[in-house]
Amino acid sequence: MLRQFVLFVSLLMPIVSCSPSDAPKPTSAPATTSVPQASTSTSSATQGAVVINGPFAGEAKTLNGAGATFPAVLYTKWFNEYEKVTSVKVNYQSIGSGGGIKGLQDATVDFGATDGPMTDEQLQAAKSAVLHIPMTLGAIVLTYNVPEAKSPIQLTGETIAGIFLGDIKKWNDAKLVADNPDLKNVGKDIVVVHRSDGSGTSFAFTDYLSAVSDAWKSKVGKGTSVNWPTGLGAKGNEGIAGEVKQSPYAIGYVELIYATQNKLGVADVKNKAGKWVTPSLDGVTASAAAMAERVPEDLRVSIVNAAGDKVYPISTFTWIIVYQNQTDKAKAIALTRLLWWATHDGQKFSGNLAYAPLPDAIVKKDEAKIMSIGVNGTPAFPGK
Amino acid sequence: MSQLQASPRNLITHGHRPRLRARQFTLDSGFEFVVRALALVPLALMIGIVALLLLNASLAIVRYGFHFLLDSMWDPVFEQFGAAPFIFGTVFTSLIALIVALPIALGAALFLSEYAPAWLREPLAFMIELLAAIPSIIYGLWGLFVLAPIMRGSVEPLLKNLLAPIPVVSALVEGPTIGRDFLIAGIILAIMILPTILSIARAVLQAVPQAQREGMLSLGATPWETIQHVVLPYARPGILAASLLGLARALGETMAVTMVIGNSSSKISPSLFTPGYTIASAIANQFTEADKAVYFSAIVELALVLLLVAMTMNVLARLLIARVSRGPKGARL
Repeated sequence: MLRQFVLFVSLLMPIVSCSPSDAPKPTSAPATTSVPQASTSTSSATQGAVVINGPFAGEAKTLNGAGATFPAVLYTKWFNEYEKVTSVKVNYQSIGSGGGIKGLQDATVDFGATDGPMTDEQLQAAKSAVLHIPMTLGAIVLTYNVPEAKSPIQLTGETIAGIFLGDIKKWNDAKLVADNPDLKNVGKDIVVVHRSDGSGTSFAFTDYLSAVSDAWKSKVGKGTSVNWPTGLGAKGNEGIAGEVKQSPYAIGYVELIYATQNKLGVADVKNKAGKWVTPSLDGVTASAAAMAERVPEDLRVSIVNAAGDKVYPISTFTWIIVYQNQTDKAKAIALTRLLWWATHDGQKFSGNLAYAPLPDAIVKKDEAKIMSIGVNGTPAFPGK
Repeated sequence: MSQLQASPRNLITHGHRPRLRARQFTLDSGFEFVVRALALVPLALMIGIVALLLLNASLAIVRYGFHFLLDSMWDPVFEQFGAAPFIFGTVFTSLIALIVALPIALGAALFLSEYAPAWLREPLAFMIELLAAIPSIIYGLWGLFVLAPIMRGSVEPLLKNLLAPIPVVSALVEGPTIGRDFLIAGIILAIMILPTILSIARAVLQAVPQAQREGMLSLGATPWETIQHVVLPYARPGILAASLLGLARALGETMAVTMVIGNSSSKISPSLFTPGYTIASAIANQFTEADKAVYFSAIVELALVLLLVAMTMNVLARLLIARVSRGPKGARL
């Protein structure tokens, strides 16, 4: 009964409220997050002088942001901590990436947040040049409800695309049984669950499917909302987790934290190097690190299906988007300091909340972007 | 000082009657002006809403034209927008709701007005009105956690076994029973519109003059004959109006339906067991992340289509009532 109630509430949450403070508090985040963290912190140590540890004269006392729900838990934590350090209050509304982009275009917010990079069309609709600053990394996992499966189900890019295209209809399809002997006698229909609302999680997931399957790329493509060829729609990560938990033989995709919290089965995925990988934050940071060399100048990059033995292939950046040329000096100072703090000191909060810290190379690129934010051509970041 | 005191007294003594009349005149015309203005508010709202919808939907209207209503492909990635699955889902679930709710509501209303002992009427009627006060999200949650598992586990397989062998009807029960489909959405809607129909139908039945019933009974008619020949014909327009109000609520209902209908626009099928989508759920689900201009515009056009569907239903209903009312003069609301 209690459990049902918890499920009730968790399903209710995305509907009645998008307030980030309602987002689930992680209790069982994977413990292994420290490996790349070490190198990140040395990098901020080499920056030495640049540490944000108190208020700065002449900066704005409030900042307003809106956008992505995917990083909302981490952002809420950041902004709470940041207010303690600098007494700058940051209001963040997790209204969705689309809303964040629109908010920035209309300049109704000081910064936007998005899980999918802005398209060229969207950039043109903005008032002036927009910077994409990667803030953190997340993993999207395939979660399922198959009582017969004793060990984690193993899926390849091809089988995942097959299931979500509706080509693989039953759990004992030969393609699935080839990697999962456990499923040999499970002659049940696969119930596919996808997001009904537009979402950055869907963007990253369909981005991955487009990367691994030509059929997916041509028939469905990638986007925050797509034309799903099969399956049920559920609202929010909570909605999918709830639906998968409730429906036997269902499969869906959620952010890592929602699968671990609901104690649902999580599939191992075969990466580009041909290795089976259990989703983990290390695997995500590995994806970002593998892509770091090839990141384009504007940092709008997808890191799905990266090469490397340890890479978990369904990973994504999430970005904060800001105007390069700010109009209000006080706000610009506050904003650049916030971004600097979040990409450096803030990174240590990510592991506990099941986000992967940015690899060193990306933090370096973020630093350059933050320093390039200016007011009337003068850089806004005060350097402390 | 003395002048100041004198002038009001002057007014009262000399100008008493004309002043009162003038006051009445301003109060009267002022009140008339206020109510006129208030009457314009709903009209202005309606015009404002339609104008805003038209303005924001213009991009999609121009690009897709009538295809928007007929195409069944809703693809934000490739910018193909056809609302047919949503329109179908909206009308289909609302009709299921009406078909399920109307007999129950009518039966219960007849019991309350014709058979129930006086001490039972008011408490029962009160309970029914309470049903109408339950927020739709609660119905949705109940549907999701109580109704859907029961339907999936026992009712739908039973229906399938019963109806599958019958030729044409078998199309209604095709496909696997997943527990997110038109039927469950329709039943949730039926429960939600039941109190609306029931309480109005009850009021209408009670408005049938007692003399009509007494006349019938004195001719030796049984209670059933009385209902059949006097009460129902007399109340018919009112009952129709009640159903229409219920239907209107079903068409626009969003949250409860979204939670049990499956939110899938991949196919249009007459099977009750297909996961579907309604216009209102599509708007609620997709509005926030509609980041392309034409996508946003298409969703606004969906709102316009919903308004159109509701309006069509309303007009049809009014025509129907006008037709039926030509029969025996009846109680109306």
